[in-house]
Amino acid sequence: MSLLTITSLTFREAWRKKLFWVALGLGLAFLALFAVGFHYVLVDILAHPPGEARTGPGMKIFISQISGIFLILGLFAVNFLVVMMSALTSAGAIAGEISSHTIQTLVTKPIPRWHIVLGKWLGQSVMLVIYVIFMAGGLTLVVYFRTGYFPPNPAAGMSLLVLEGLIVLSIATFGGTFLPTMANGVLVFMLYGIAFAGSWVEQIGAALKSETAVQVGIIASLIMPSETMWRMASDLMQPKLIQEAAFPLISLYSKPSQAMIVYAVGYLLVFLMAAVYVFERRDL
Amino acid sequence: MCLEWLQENRHLKINAHRKLSRKIMTQPAISTANLRKEYGQTVAVQDLTLTVPAGEVFGFLGPNGAGKSTTIKMLMGLVTPTAGQVSVLGQSPGRPAARAKTGFLPEHFRFHEWLKAKEFLTVHGKLYGLAAETLKTQVPRLLEMVSLQDSADTRLSNFSKGMLQRIGLAQAMLNNPALVFLDEPTSGLDPLGRRLVRDVIHRLKEEGTTIFLNSHLLSEVEKTCDRVAFIKKGRVIRTDRMSDLLNRATEVHLRVDAAPPALAEGLQKLGRQVQVNGNRVSLLVDSPEIVPEIARLTMQLGLKLYELQPGQTSLEEIFVRIIETEAEGDLV
Repeated sequence: MSLLTITSLTFREAWRKKLFWVALGLGLAFLALFAVGFHYVLVDILAHPPGEARTGPGMKIFISQISGIFLILGLFAVNFLVVMMSALTSAGAIAGEISSHTIQTLVTKPIPRWHIVLGKWLGQSVMLVIYVIFMAGGLTLVVYFRTGYFPPNPAAGMSLLVLEGLIVLSIATFGGTFLPTMANGVLVFMLYGIAFAGSWVEQIGAALKSETAVQVGIIASLIMPSETMWRMASDLMQPKLIQEAAFPLISLYSKPSQAMIVYAVGYLLVFLMAAVYVFERRDL
Repeated sequence: MCLEWLQENRHLKINAHRKLSRKIMTQPAISTANLRKEYGQTVAVQDLTLTVPAGEVFGFLGPNGAGKSTTIKMLMGLVTPTAGQVSVLGQSPGRPAARAKTGFLPEHFRFHEWLKAKEFLTVHGKLYGLAAETLKTQVPRLLEMVSLQDSADTRLSNFSKGMLQRIGLAQAMLNNPALVFLDEPTSGLDPLGRRLVRDVIHRLKEEGTTIFLNSHLLSEVEKTCDRVAFIKKGRVIRTDRMSDLLNRATEVHLRVDAAPPALAEGLQKLGRQVQVNGNRVSLLVDSPEIVPEIARLTMQLGLKLYELQPGQTSLEEIFVRIIETEAEGDLV
C-alpha cells in the first residue's frame, strides 16, 4: 500500500540522514548524565537525612519522595525534548520536499495525495513513540534500578507525552503544506511558546487565586494544548505526597479537566485533516 | 489438447491487447481546450488549446516564460487550471488511473538523494503499484537502459547532474507508460547522454508510447519529434508535423546588384518573411519549385543575379522566425 511505502520512506530517511543515531547517542548521553547526577545527589542527601527519615520506614518514604521529584524533573526535560524533536523533524517534512521539488516525482505517481501526508505523519508518529519510550522509559528504569522506586501510571503518563508530541507533529504537518520550512518552524515554536507561557500564567494565577490569570491560561491551552498534556502527564506520574506538598515547578495548582485529552485528540485530528485538505488542493 | 488450449488462450490475449491498443491509439493522448492558469495577477498560461495524437513524439516549444512548464504541470495534475478543459489518456490528469499509465521526468529532476539508485527505482515502482517480482526484473533492465547498471548501489547524492537526469528518465519508464512527459530531459547531459536519451525516446516510440517533450535543445527536437507546437505567451501559435515544417520552410538567399521595392513586392508573392539587407535578400518559400520562379523574377526586373542559394532551414531558425514574427492565435 502506497501509504506504508511513504511511511517506510520516512523511516529510511531518518536512518540515512543519521537522525536515528544522533537521537540514540545523545539520548543515551542524557540518560547517563541523569543517572550520574541522580546517584551523587542521592548519596549526598542520604548522608545527611532529615529527622523523620532516620527510621527505616521513614527513610523508605523519603527515598520515594526524592526519586519521584527527580524523575519528574527528568521527565520535564524529556517533555521539552519531545516538543523540540517533533517540531524539528516535521517542520520540513513536507515543506522541504515542496521547496526542493522532490515532491513532484511522488505526487505524480498513481497515489492519492493524502497518502503522502498521512504516510509521513505516521512514520514520524512511530518514531515519536519510540523516542518517548526510550527517553521516559529510560529515566524510569534509571530511577528504579537505583532506588527501587516506580512511578504511578507510567503507561498513561507516557501516552500523554506522546500525545503532546503528536499535537506538535500535526501542527507542523499542517503548516508544512502551505508554509516554507523556516516559517513553519516559527509557527510551531510560537504556538508552543503561547502554550508554555499560558500554562505558567494558569499555575501562578491559581496559586495566587487570580481567576483572570487562570482563564488566560485555559484560553492559551485551548489555542495549543500540548503543554497541558505534559502537566497532566507529570500529575499522573508523581507520588501523592508531592501533589499535596505543592512543590514548585512540578505540582499542579490548577488541574486540567480530563476533557482536555479528548480536546487534544480532536485538535490534532482537525490539524491533520486540514493538512490533507490544503495539500490535496494546492499547486506544486 | 492442453497445447491447443494454451495457443487459443494466447491468441485471444493478443487479440484483446490489439483491440485495447487500437482503442488507446484512436483517442488523442492529450487534449486541452482553452486551458488557462493564473497565479494571482500573473497569467502563466493564457488560452491553450492542444491535441497530441497517441503514439507520437510531440515537441512543445517556446521561449522562457511562455508557460511550457506550467502547462506540463497542469497536464500532470500538479497544478489546477484556473479555467478550461484538459484530458490525459481520456481522464482528468489528477486521477490515479491516468497517472498509472503516465511517466514524468520533471524539469528540476530533484530526487531523494539519500536513496541508492536501485532503491530509488524500487520505491517509485512500489508507488506505481508494481509487484516485488516485477520490480526484480524491471529495475535492473531500466538501469541498464540508461547505462547506470554499475551505479545501482551508489547513493543519488554521489550522482552527477547527467546521471540524475538518466535515473529520472528510468523512473519515468517504470510502469511501461502509455504517455511520458519529459521536461528538458537533456539539459544536464553531455553528447553521449543526449544520444542515449534519443535512443530511449526512439525505443519508447517503437513500443507505441506517446512522448511529450519540452526542450530548448532544438537540434534534439528536430531529430526526435514527429510533431511540434510553438507556444508564446501561454497560447499555441502553431502546430505542425516536423516533416512538413522542415520541407515547407525552405530558406532562399539571393545576392543581387540592387534590391528595388519591386523585388521585395514580387518576392512577397512567391514566399514569406522577405528580409532585405543591402543587396542581400532572404525569404522563406514553401516549395523548392519556387526557386526558378525567383530567378525569373530577377530577370524580369532586369537585375543581375550573383547568388541564389536554397537551403534547408533548421528548426532553430524556424523557431526564431515563428516566435519573433507570428501573430498570436494564428493557428495553422
